[in-house]
Amino acid sequence: MRLEGPDVTNETSSPASSLRLSNLDIELRLLMEAIYLKYSYDFRNYSGASQKRRVLHALRTMQCDTISALQERVLRDSRAFMQLVQILTIPTSEMFRDPAHFLALRDQVVPLLKTYPSLKIWIAGCSTGEEAYSMAILLKEEELLDRSIVYATDINPQSLDKARKGIFSMERMPQYSDNYMKSGGKGMLADYYTAAYGAALFDRSLSENISFADHSLATDSVFSEMQLVSCRNVMIYFNSKLQNRALGLFHESLCHRGFLWLGSKESVEFSAYADRFEPVVKAGRMYRKAG
Amino acid sequence: MLVIGASAGGVDALLQLLRRLPLDSRLPIVVLLHLSASGESRLPEVFRQHLIVPVQQARDKEKIDNGVVYFAGPGYHLSIEKDRSFSLSCEEMCHYSRPAIDILMSSAADACGRSLAAILLTGASRDGAEGMAAVKSEGGITIVQDPREAEVSTMPQAAIDRCLPDAILPLSEIGFLIKHLGDATCK
Repeated sequence: MRLEGPDVTNETSSPASSLRLSNLDIELRLLMEAIYLKYSYDFRNYSGASQKRRVLHALRTMQCDTISALQERVLRDSRAFMQLVQILTIPTSEMFRDPAHFLALRDQVVPLLKTYPSLKIWIAGCSTGEEAYSMAILLKEEELLDRSIVYATDINPQSLDKARKGIFSMERMPQYSDNYMKSGGKGMLADYYTAAYGAALFDRSLSENISFADHSLATDSVFSEMQLVSCRNVMIYFNSKLQNRALGLFHESLCHRGFLWLGSKESVEFSAYADRFEPVVKAGRMYRKAG
Repeated sequence: MLVIGASAGGVDALLQLLRRLPLDSRLPIVVLLHLSASGESRLPEVFRQHLIVPVQQARDKEKIDNGVVYFAGPGYHLSIEKDRSFSLSCEEMCHYSRPAIDILMSSAADACGRSLAAILLTGASRDGAEGMAAVKSEGGITIVQDPREAEVSTMPQAAIDRCLPDAILPLSEIGFLIKHLGDATCK
């Protein structure tokens, strides 16, 4: 019994000749091309395996037999397209996720952030806003919020609407409170929200300094100079090419010696920017623009 | 490539299997053992002490090397991409588990087709049955630990019920098989 390599001798010299492409893969690629041409949303360089799972999930929930049928539908029906965007963008987030990393931010990076007269912080891929409100709470407790602007961006307009409202389910609050305490929180998470009808409405004073905006790491460019960019658990959904594009934007956007914060299993190590960022809090996935 | 899924009772079973790997093994092996969601996994450290081949935790966008045993880390699903690299994701749990064997094996089946072997060992979950079925339908080799021998039979039995695997074997014979898969690798 031998596990041999793929037989590629009969394949044409297409760019993907060394890869196994099924009809499904071809349809998947055409769908992303169609979405890009029609709606300017660029999902063409997302990680293949997880994107395929999302689209197969969409086939079931949107009751289409094939990806080609789904393509026909989203081309002609913009509401169907928006429904697909919700499935493709995986809006899963939590407050003070990886509390130990928030603690590292508070202890090791905030003292340096305090040396700036004003701060610009970019939360790229903010989803429904949990990360942005967590950052605002931390900045408030460190007496930095009044002189900060937090840009929280995402490609999903429905997620951004939810983020602007700052309303999260009460069911999640025990876990978020626990995260908050472990992240070095100075009070109680309940100090920052009003509970009513099973929902937690976060204080307006937090969102006053947050600017929620539509921005795509795949198609848009840099919009301001930042002292800190937080992009956690976003780039795992990108392929290497798109990761490099995003890291390029962050590099360009950051001020001299600015900070880049990634998700707990993300790194710049396998990217084209491996030498352009240096790890400062390695366990906390905090990098600094190389001088 | 070889992927191995295991749950309850998996550490002992895996040690018994992987200890037989020769130093000159060229086979890339990806292991998913169910873990608690929080914190860091010490599995690579534990196995490094017992194996002579290199052991690593699989990292996002990392190219898969021949002869290395990779472990899936906690909290994220692990997939294999068509360019033979790893990718991580935080999609919803599958069979109460993240990482899930179904997701790893299905993506590996998609990426490797016939040049994949999949082994499912002891466990109290039903995770892995769909993944093994995917490996089989893409032409890969499927091997399940004999449920009579497994510390917990639920997982191997669920796979046997879902897809008729190519072989149902005790650990000793699976270990022998792995040793001989060792000199054949997929590109």
